Amino acid sequence: MTDVAVDLARRIEGVLTAHPPETTDRLEFLRARFAAGLAWVHYPEGLGGLGLDARYQPDVDAVFAAAGAPDNRPHGNVIGLGMAAPTVLRYATPEQQQRWIPPLWTGEEIWCQLFSEPGAGSDLAAAGASARRDGDAWVVNGQKVWTSLAHDARWALLLVRTGPTLPKHQGLSYFVLDLTTPGVDVRSLRQLTGEAEFNEVFLDDVRVPDENRLGEIGEGWKVTQATLMNERVAIGGGAGTRESGPIGDVVRLWRESPQARRPENFDALLRLWTDAEALRLTGARLGQQLEVGAPGPEGSGLKLAFAELAQAAASLQLDLLGSEALRYDDWSLRRPDFSSPPDRVAGYWYLRNRANSIEGGTSEIMRNIISERVLGLPSEPRVDTDIPWKDLPK
Amino acid sequence: MSQIPSLLYADVEDDLRRAVRVMLADRAPIEEILDRSDQEDAYGKGARQIWSGLVEELGVAALAVPAELGGAGASWREVAVVLEELGRGVVDVPFFTSAVLATSLAHEAGAIDLLGELATGEAVGAVVASFAAPLVPPEGLTWDGRVVSGTVRTVAGVAEATHLLVPVADALLVVAAEQADALAVPSLDMTRRVADVTFEGVEAAVVAEGPEVVVALARSADLAAALLASEQLGLAERVLELTVDYLKQRRQFGRVLGSYQALKHRLADLWTSVTQARAVARYAAACASATDGPDASDLSVAASLAQAVCGEVALRAAEECLQLHGGIGFTWEHPAHLYVKRARTDALALGTPSWHRRRLADLAGLPHPA
Ligand SMILES: Cc1cc2nc3c(=O)[nH]c(=O)nc-3n(C[C@H](O)[C@H](O)[C@H](O)COP(=O)(O)OP(=O)(O)OC[C@H]3O[C@@H](n4cnc5c(N)ncnc54)[C@H](O)[C@@H]3O)c2cc1C
Repeated sequence: MTDVAVDLARRIEGVLTAHPPETTDRLEFLRARFAAGLAWVHYPEGLGGLGLDARYQPDVDAVFAAAGAPDNRPHGNVIGLGMAAPTVLRYATPEQQQRWIPPLWTGEEIWCQLFSEPGAGSDLAAAGASARRDGDAWVVNGQKVWTSLAHDARWALLLVRTGPTLPKHQGLSYFVLDLTTPGVDVRSLRQLTGEAEFNEVFLDDVRVPDENRLGEIGEGWKVTQATLMNERVAIGGGAGTRESGPIGDVVRLWRESPQARRPENFDALLRLWTDAEALRLTGARLGQQLEVGAPGPEGSGLKLAFAELAQAAASLQLDLLGSEALRYDDWSLRRPDFSSPPDRVAGYWYLRNRANSIEGGTSEIMRNIISERVLGLPSEPRVDTDIPWKDLPK
Repeated sequence: MSQIPSLLYADVEDDLRRAVRVMLADRAPIEEILDRSDQEDAYGKGARQIWSGLVEELGVAALAVPAELGGAGASWREVAVVLEELGRGVVDVPFFTSAVLATSLAHEAGAIDLLGELATGEAVGAVVASFAAPLVPPEGLTWDGRVVSGTVRTVAGVAEATHLLVPVADALLVVAAEQADALAVPSLDMTRRVADVTFEGVEAAVVAEGPEVVVALARSADLAAALLASEQLGLAERVLELTVDYLKQRRQFGRVLGSYQALKHRLADLWTSVTQARAVARYAAACASATDGPDASDLSVAASLAQAVCGEVALRAAEECLQLHGGIGFTWEHPAHLYVKRARTDALALGTPSWHRRRLADLAGLPHPA
């Protein structure tokens, strides 16, 4: 073992001894783990980390899990953990970081992302929710849509227009919004799976203190880019073990159920297997590049490829299941349960995974990004970049 | 933690790449390779000069050979980097057939003397088996313990070879190349040609015999398949670059073609596939280099994965290059066809991607349908 690994083992042991998981309250345990710098070791000291390399984290998680320690239910706070935290770390004041990050990590406070609007999805820079300065606060009006987890969330990352007379990319600002503020109205929005994981959020004269602004006035687009970059890395998702991830269910079914082994699907299964393994190695390679501080542009490619794999795997699962695939488990309108990975039928996953190529930037937008930023190809002729936002056709 | 070996390029590998690239830029311009691609002499002066530069000045043939056996004691990872560079230029030298196929087989079968000569470049080897099949003893040869007879079709790297490694049943023989009758045939891949090899009662030396030959052939087949992926990777990267560059300057309808989204998206998809091919090829090279531990025992999976993935990516990249160059891409004078021919041939060599997928099913324990 390296010195670092020895030190980590000692720290973990310390937490487990002082707060035995069997007898310790869940949140108390999580807070102690955070305080010991073992929440995410690559974060700074005092913010749940030890300033170490991120590659030590999987081992730390594994040791805690093996000891029966509670986790922070990451499925229920993906936006908080994957996108809000890095953005706050980069742009908020030290006091704000101390206020926001600990309860974010323990899951006591969930975060959501108020970016998309009915008229601004892929073209997020056209967002029109307005923010008007009023003393040391801003007054926000507008509508956001498809906001995942807003119903559970305490905080939101909010993109608004502060300069409507400027060209669209220049007139945006970025805030952290307390969703308990008067004037915030979160309404569930049912999706094609039957459940409501996302929402519409109406903002009616909502006051946001200026100190909650991340980045300068008019720099909202830059901060948004930083958040989205993290989102795409998070969605593209690291390297697990072989056959983990979307391919897992299909290969399990194939191995366990002789009647699922349809000759006509064999090559498709093997293609998926190789795609999954190629993607896993690509994720691992990206991780290794990040470790040596040389991140490649592979992240956007990973998100794109992950969406295709997850969709194809879920679809193949239905083919293999045959008549059973005609059944669905539950169309009732409900909120998804994030306490554990949901146990749903194949049809649910087929439907849910269709969103992989829409949420977090569509696959078409990913291809635009790759072709322009990585390959350096010119953009399509554009009509919207140099004129004031207020004069754009809407 | 899932232990995946380093898939990055080490500093020494970057240095080696630079040296090879500089030399090839100077001595192996694509126009010259194109010029001689349809000449009768399958291994002419131009190609010989590149080969001696690579071997004598850069020592590339010695890389994977252990130092105590007269090699450089580097590893297959470095060999993989050389292959990437040669793939970028479809360079018509016998590096893959001699420094990978013959060298790995000589090493695995314990042909120590030959191995040393292959490392220094004194000898150039070729393995007598059809290039379009996974490496197994070819049918059509007989061996009576003293002389070998028969014909093997479509063997790669024969024109360049001084020594032929001949697997016959459970024996591995070595024959001086001039003892064999090699009939060069017009080859789909003009920059790595094949020949039909006939032995008419040729006396041969036995390198190894018995079950160890089977083991050596199997491992050599995996090593070769694993490494061919790096050639395919280099080729794919290069044709993607050529295509992007072309679409940045070619205008139609008053616009640069590269600004049309229909084309941009195809190239974005291709780029994504190439990044995956790179991870897969690097993994295969790492597994090939590992002498023990989990990476070494994963070599068969890594090799078949590499061929299933990189074989298809390189082929698609080359075909897209041709298509997106339009009519000029279909001309003899444009090098796109050299890449198409190489990529198409590579996807047949040592087993097709479909064959490797089937093999992965067995390796990964995915039962065949009833
Ligand atoms: C499950 C789910 C969860 C989501 N969660 C959130 C959330 O938490 N917060 C949030 O802010 N948003 C969220 N979204 C919204 C998501 O980010 C947007 O739906 C997405 O960016 C696409 O925008 P749009 O729906 O307006 O589609 P549009 O932009 O109208 O696109 C329609 C179609 O046109 C294509 N298209 C658009 N522009 C181009 C172009 N320039 N070139 C080529 N094709 C183009 C798109 O790819 C798409 O296929 C979520 C969406 C889903 C499905």
